[in-house]
Amino acid sequence: MEIVVCIKRVASTGSRIVLTEDAQSIETRNLGFTIGPHEECAVEEAVRLIEKHGGSSTVLTLGTEDSIEQLRGSMAVGADQAILLESGGSEWDPMASASAIVEAVQSRQAAGSSFDMLFFGNEAADSGDYQVGIRVAHALGVPCVTGIKSLEVEDGVALAKREADGGWELFKVALPAVFTIKEGINLPRYPSLPGRIRAKKKPIEQLQPAHNPGGPTKIKLMNIEEQASNVEILGKGTEAIAKVLEILKGIGGAA
Amino acid sequence: MILAIIDQVGGEMNSSSLEMLTVARKLASQMGVALEAALIGESGRPLAAELGAYGVSKAHLLLAEGLDNVAPDAWASALSQLTGASGASVLMGVGSERGNELMARLAAKLNLPMAANCTEIEAGDSFQVTRFRWGGSLLEQADLSGEIKLLTVAPHVIEAEAAADGSDAAVAEMGVEIGADDFRVQVAEHISSDREGVSLGSARIVVGGGRGLGSADGFAMLDELAGLLGAAVGSSRAATNLGWRAHADQIGQTGTRIAPDLYIACGISGAIQHMVGCKGSKAILAINTDPDASIMGKSDYAVIGDVHEVIPALIEALKNQ
Ligand SMILES: Cc1cc2nc3c(=O)[nH]c(=O)nc-3n(C[C@H](O)[C@H](O)[C@H](O)COP(=O)(O)OP(=O)(O)OC[C@H]3O[C@@H](n4cnc5c(N)ncnc54)[C@H](O)[C@@H]3O)c2cc1C
Ligand SMILES: Nc1ncnc2c1ncn2[C@@H]1O[C@H](COP(=O)(O)O)[C@@H](O)[C@H]1O
Repeated sequence: MEIVVCIKRVASTGSRIVLTEDAQSIETRNLGFTIGPHEECAVEEAVRLIEKHGGSSTVLTLGTEDSIEQLRGSMAVGADQAILLESGGSEWDPMASASAIVEAVQSRQAAGSSFDMLFFGNEAADSGDYQVGIRVAHALGVPCVTGIKSLEVEDGVALAKREADGGWELFKVALPAVFTIKEGINLPRYPSLPGRIRAKKKPIEQLQPAHNPGGPTKIKLMNIEEQASNVEILGKGTEAIAKVLEILKGIGGAA
Repeated sequence: MILAIIDQVGGEMNSSSLEMLTVARKLASQMGVALEAALIGESGRPLAAELGAYGVSKAHLLLAEGLDNVAPDAWASALSQLTGASGASVLMGVGSERGNELMARLAAKLNLPMAANCTEIEAGDSFQVTRFRWGGSLLEQADLSGEIKLLTVAPHVIEAEAAADGSDAAVAEMGVEIGADDFRVQVAEHISSDREGVSLGSARIVVGGGRGLGSADGFAMLDELAGLLGAAVGSSRAATNLGWRAHADQIGQTGTRIAPDLYIACGISGAIQHMVGCKGSKAILAINTDPDASIMGKSDYAVIGDVHEVIPALIEALKNQ
């Protein structure tokens, strides 16, 4: 079984987002980087499926060379190979991103390396466009199930479940197929020291995809105006209990 | 014409569809064009009656075998046929999971750009949209071009408002042809949930726990407190990732969005990804040992203290009432 997981490097933002002066991006001088939680789970799911069924998993990202950190991080938890699609610096729009990923998958196919499953995050943590995986599936002509939180594979057929309207929707699709994954499908493992060391030694394939912008095109980022909140300190420790009870009474919670 | 795509399954409409119609109506009047709506499948028929009040002049009912099931590619195919036949210049959907998915499938079929979760739209040759990024903790202004503009409206940003001059919407049935490939992805079975108790998304009081609880055992007192208050229990991602709580309880960007009357956040620092999930709360009460924790600036009330002292004391006090 061959699984390709698409991941995207994003800033680990904390309690407040600061924008760069030109409002084109987030000020990341004091921040670390990570991949989105959905994608972390997608990598973990791929690693588990390969452990169970055999084969290999490949993590793929479109970004700058900085993203090698996230590719290595994914290999440290068990992904077998990595591909960097070099973006040249700017953030590509979702149509351009999808087109670059399609080009890479097709060139691998042409070289005899097919895929059974392509994993995406349900939405990217930063841009939240909700579309790259769906566009890739459409271009490749394979089915795509979105938002999945449970996946089993048997005899070339995937059983995928997602949450909807307080219950679950079950899909059955024949492979190859694309899945967009949601956090909660599994609990990702932490990288082990030997895992990290192995990951450092693995080669990373670097490709330069064609850039076909499609849109939407970012003009600028803006912070959300927050109302200054006037927090009322009810007290220290247990001396605040009486006031907490008052508040609960006020909303009918302690009747 | 603006074509508004109603988010519904089995005749149950996602109420954010009405928020979307409110945005669509304002845009239509700005552009001087008609507002029409698309309902997919026979099950959508009864909903047509509601739409006129929101300014929809015509409701298109798309009909084919299989459309009443959740079959997003088939839905997108039906919509692309209607788009071609009706000459719509704007396709507007709901920024729900299902609405974003459907619009993305339609965008892929039409090979046009799409902007998800818009909060403001300025019409023009190309549209200038304001949209959510980072799950709603940051905004982006973007240019949306394309012969047809495809976008979804972020839920719960504006309130639904009926039109001053609403009337009945005409219903236009349209039979569509769906190829077998577009039914490769469809729901094979609906499974009802086995989760019990008050649901996080609709609870009036939510008690949330974070890393500050110290262990999975720490959640036992939150469960007890929630039982006394008729509340639901939620968690931060730190607590989920430590395996203290199931992901279904996670509040935030990649978890559930809550909108209770009161959110009691225990041992949670107030990271933006957590706060976007609870910003719909009418009031937030933080219990935290650190008076400088970021959540202090985002709460209405705070108790500075150790959850292991405050929560048991609160439980005792509630029991003694
Ligand atoms: C893309 C992305 C998406 C994310 N999505 C989510 C999401 O959906 N939901 C989410 O929650 N997070 C999310 N996160 C993670 C988020 O950034 C934070 O890491 C997380 O919310 C921190 O959880 P916490 O507040 O429990 O832990 P911490 O930040 O470690 O805070 C613990 C708090 O407990 C207090 N404390 C310690 N001991 C006690 C005590 N005895 N009594 C009282 N207080 C005590 C401390 O003062 C501190 O304020 C996301 C991150 C990224 C990058
Ligand atoms: N630059 C990128 N490199 C690799 N994968 C990406 C990139 N951008 C988006 N994706 C994938 O597509 C998913 C959905 O992204 P989006 O449509 O932007 O919300 C993400 O969770 C990733 O899996």
